Amino acid sequence: MSDKNINKRLAEASSLWGEVGEGRKFMRLSGLEPLILNENSNFINVGERTNVAGSRQFLRLIKEEKFDEALEIARHQVDGGAQIIDINMDDGLIDGKESMVRFLNLIAAEPDICRVPIMIDSSKWEIIEAGLQVVQGKCVVNSISLKEGEEKFIWEATQIKRYGAALIVMAFDEVGQADNYERRIEIAKRSYDILVNKVHFPSEDIIFDLNIFPVATGMDEHKLNALDFIKATKWVRENLPNVSVSGGVSNVSFSFRGNDSVREAMHSVFLYHAIQAGMNIGIVNPAMLEVYDEIPKDLLERVEDVILNRREDATERLLDFAETVKGKSVEKTADLTWREGSIQDKITYALVKGIDAFIIEDVEEARQQAEKPIDVIEGNLMIGMNVVGDLFGAGKMFLPQVVKSARVMKKAVGYLNPFIEAEKTDKQEPVGKILMATVKGDVHDIGKNIVSVVLACNNYEIVDLGVMVPPEKIIEMAKKEKVDAIGLSGLITPSLDEMVYLAKEMERQNFEVPLLIGGATTSKAHTAVKIDTQYKNAVVHVNDASRAVTVVGDLLNKKTSQEYVANIKKEYDEFRTKFLKRGKEKSYISIEEARERKFKIDWETSSIIKPKELGIQVLEQLSLKELLPYIDWSPFFRSWDLHGKFPDILKDEIVGNQATELYEDAQKMLQQIVAKQQLKPKGIFGLFEANSINDDDISVIKKGKEVAVFRTLRQQSLKRDGIPMFALADFIAPKETQKTDYMGAFCVSIFGAQELADSFRNKEDDYSAIMAQAIADRFAEAFAEYLHYQIRIKHWGYHADESLTNNDLIQEKYVGIRPAPGYPACPDHLEKETIWQLLDVENQIGVTLTESMAMWPAAAVSGYYFANTESKYFGLGKITDDQVSDYAKRKGISKEKAVKWLFPALAEE
Amino acid sequence: MSNIYKALKERILVLDGAMGTMLQQYKFTEEDFRGERFKDYPTSLQGNNDLLSITQPQAIKAVHAKYFEAGADIVETNTFSGTTIAMADYQMEDLVYELNFQSAKIAREVADEFTAKEPNKPRFVAGSIGPTNKTASMSPDVNDPGFRAVTFNDLRIAYKQQVEALLDGGVDVLLVETVFDTLNAKAALFAIEEVKEERKIEVPIMLSGTITDASGRTLSGQTAEAFLISVSHIPLLSVGFNCALGANLLQPHLEAIAHKTDFAISAHPNAGLPNAFGEYDETPEEMGEQIEEYLKKNLINIIGGCCGTTPEHIKVIANIASKYKPRAHPSIPSQREGKQS
Repeated sequence: MSDKNINKRLAEASSLWGEVGEGRKFMRLSGLEPLILNENSNFINVGERTNVAGSRQFLRLIKEEKFDEALEIARHQVDGGAQIIDINMDDGLIDGKESMVRFLNLIAAEPDICRVPIMIDSSKWEIIEAGLQVVQGKCVVNSISLKEGEEKFIWEATQIKRYGAALIVMAFDEVGQADNYERRIEIAKRSYDILVNKVHFPSEDIIFDLNIFPVATGMDEHKLNALDFIKATKWVRENLPNVSVSGGVSNVSFSFRGNDSVREAMHSVFLYHAIQAGMNIGIVNPAMLEVYDEIPKDLLERVEDVILNRREDATERLLDFAETVKGKSVEKTADLTWREGSIQDKITYALVKGIDAFIIEDVEEARQQAEKPIDVIEGNLMIGMNVVGDLFGAGKMFLPQVVKSARVMKKAVGYLNPFIEAEKTDKQEPVGKILMATVKGDVHDIGKNIVSVVLACNNYEIVDLGVMVPPEKIIEMAKKEKVDAIGLSGLITPSLDEMVYLAKEMERQNFEVPLLIGGATTSKAHTAVKIDTQYKNAVVHVNDASRAVTVVGDLLNKKTSQEYVANIKKEYDEFRTKFLKRGKEKSYISIEEARERKFKIDWETSSIIKPKELGIQVLEQLSLKELLPYIDWSPFFRSWDLHGKFPDILKDEIVGNQATELYEDAQKMLQQIVAKQQLKPKGIFGLFEANSINDDDISVIKKGKEVAVFRTLRQQSLKRDGIPMFALADFIAPKETQKTDYMGAFCVSIFGAQELADSFRNKEDDYSAIMAQAIADRFAEAFAEYLHYQIRIKHWGYHADESLTNNDLIQEKYVGIRPAPGYPACPDHLEKETIWQLLDVENQIGVTLTESMAMWPAAAVSGYYFANTESKYFGLGKITDDQVSDYAKRKGISKEKAVKWLFPALAEE
Repeated sequence: MSNIYKALKERILVLDGAMGTMLQQYKFTEEDFRGERFKDYPTSLQGNNDLLSITQPQAIKAVHAKYFEAGADIVETNTFSGTTIAMADYQMEDLVYELNFQSAKIAREVADEFTAKEPNKPRFVAGSIGPTNKTASMSPDVNDPGFRAVTFNDLRIAYKQQVEALLDGGVDVLLVETVFDTLNAKAALFAIEEVKEERKIEVPIMLSGTITDASGRTLSGQTAEAFLISVSHIPLLSVGFNCALGANLLQPHLEAIAHKTDFAISAHPNAGLPNAFGEYDETPEEMGEQIEEYLKKNLINIIGGCCGTTPEHIKVIANIASKYKPRAHPSIPSQREGKQS
């Protein structure tokens, strides 16, 4: 039965016993968030799987100290709707106190788990107290009782009160456990009076566990077990003000172990009646509940006969019936038929499918059959990788699969290396040595890493210099390592300049090796026009990892390379000529004319909304989980060369299977990352008074003083009459209007991706490393989306009643914009410096800017907020020299510097 | 019943402003911090503001007097870091009792002088109990989330020592403040309850949490209301928030708890958010305007200032506070929980 169902039923039932009258007090508990009972509260569902006494799986994990997996069980409970989680470590084979403390400490680091209150469950006081000392929220102690006398009971209750917890009292006293109606109410009454009158324990924080015992055991004395519980519950709720009643529901069906269908029905029926009597908390496994209304009539009748003891022969009748109701259990087992093939077949299969579970044993088997260990690499493994290469080349395998294959390959080679070393035979000769680097000032390396992996799979040796590599180092290492080709990568526009510079240097130092250019900001046009012209040897733009292998193969193949290079040079030359011609056909208007045609908002009528929270605020306590709904997955697939829109891509005819598999892997890692908080979001934003000044600038004002000026750029490429020439400044009221307008700035970032990726790389797992970085990027974008939403509805509050779906957000249907420096509306990366200075970004959250204005950590987004309903995203297009000179003057920088930063936007002369 | 309950029923009480901001103006050097007594102390002592109660008592006295002059009803002792845990940075664990005792004594003297001058406006001393520099429910090591640098018992013992010394020095109220980790505060409350029980006394307790940032949560991740629930097991004089945010940003969090507790509500916000240089530049008038919003909404019983506030701020706040009625709160703790064990 789903929680919705339980709660609906319980809501109806709750109203039957309702309020006990005026002044009734209600229990309040807390994790990171409050849990408050009131007259309308539904049944509180306590998660029970984190109990070593009740879950064999959990016990095993704790025994084996697999706390990560144990945490997953807790998370699963909370995700599944548990409003409190019960934690029990009472087992003779584990150190209960230590395990309790350790597990609770780990839970405290998991915001998605510890948002709910904890129930500390033990029969040992020292474990309960140790638990109370490590939980910040208001918990529930489960349980204490009069079993060992009043004195101990009073002392424990006093301590619990001082620790600030609610408590469960078991119906148990010096004589024994209450097993009938009278004993239950006798012990409950006595316990209540002691707690309320002697300990002054708040009555609303008392919960009674009135002992749920099995029925239908075949013994006559058990017939009333359920009914007595239900009756006692009613009495307690009516006679002991403010208390709650709880119990472990699964006990009731104990005699039907193994027959889940009957057990589920028994639980539902029992709860249905117990809740009507006033039971408001229960330890229930939601997976073991049938919807009351959906219990087949004949089963229902027999179960109710048992629970309510309606017939002498109730038990027999249910037993007979149970024979006919078969529990369904279908175990899914992985298809392992491929393990029956030859050793080569197994290795090839493992490589093609990217399965690393058996690769070590298979490689070992191959090694024992081989003459030399190196033969396994050059023979078995290369045969397999050639199949991978062929499939990839034929478009029958996709990038993520190839990267997975590489992971298996690396694992196998890693295993064989010590044997090869031991034999001191020559290592396998790589077919070529490629230097890979992300250029100076740039930190983005997902694409570079993918290309490296793909090339490595194809037996090239990779010299990876990492990110932010200065040109001198690239030159030096290229010489020292005698590489056969150099691959450069970059994502932000200033990196293009670095590539041009490097090409010049290679020319000057008489290099002959080919230069490969790749990365999101690069293009065939830029490569042809700006880089190719600087270096007389081969320059190739490779923006697609799948092309990298063939391009490099052609370039390094001694027989064909000369012809190939000549063809490339010719192709780029033709492309260049065509491209430059095309550029000249465009016409531009002067910046003055463009300003006259600026986008005009009627400031007399346009509504300006003052932000609710002016000033700068930092966000460091955000949970990754809050960002999940804002993730846009389409770009994630693009980073793996799988093109298409999410979620349609999962059903795509060609890449659908692969996309689905990739998505599942991503979800797995995502859960891990969220569970272990392996990434940490940090953000900052500021909302300020602002006015546009001198047409294109925005003056940011704080307490009447100008604290920053943003320089915006205006479109100049000629448009039809009447179409305005946009600049971002147009969206802010000019100073002359004498109206105070507002704007914002922000930076959000995801910390920890590098460390996480490195930890995978250290385990030879490039697939996961790249995945981790791609996920961090998605989180950064999701954070930007989340924060923009919070700005709209809360911090600025100009669109407080917004209700958009994630898809609407992706399609930018919201009011107001958040353009980012370096992107089409404002391609000038230098403006980031102004944002950094205005918000003190580096000191506040630790995001830094490289000399090329790339943000570090790389998973980061920064930009501006504009709220006017008429503000919209636009592309600047190309601008002309007059605006560049003007811009340099306004900004107080040299013309050269302005040209350097604006060149991607400059119209060709 | 302590006088403070009576005063709290009659009017909005004004708490003082920042001690640190005022001490910065003295520009004390390492030598000033050391004084004669600690001139050969092995560690650097500059920045150990609590120590100034021993080495520069006149300055501490003067700051207290300025706040009383400005209209404060309550001043906080100069003991924010007065625990063995926080003092370990300066290797001054052994001085903790003396630091707290002296600080309480100094504040007591100044308060008594002012009460003598103006008997119809009794002045109070709140023993400031800071959060220490360690957290009991968070790991300082990102790679080991289960690790804890301090335990509940470490904190309980340290707080107990501080509480004893503050009470011996003569404070009227204990103020557990700037709570960024609720578990630390629960340890402090536990220690106070132990002292109360052992000495068979009642002491009013003020408790003030800190909402760290725009996510609206404490550093340890709790929402305002979850925080309130987690500390409501002890009869408090007041509960509220201080530090981290300016007055306007604190308002929603005060609103979140004001209608959900019978305790009095306190607030001592910062003078706005720090600017790019880490300075607080909100003027007394700007801050006063925002605080007036609280009072208009009848949210407050005790109001003061935290980082960046000065006697000028407190003067403006005291003026505004005198014009409004205190928030009605159903019962005073000492009656409700009179038979506390």
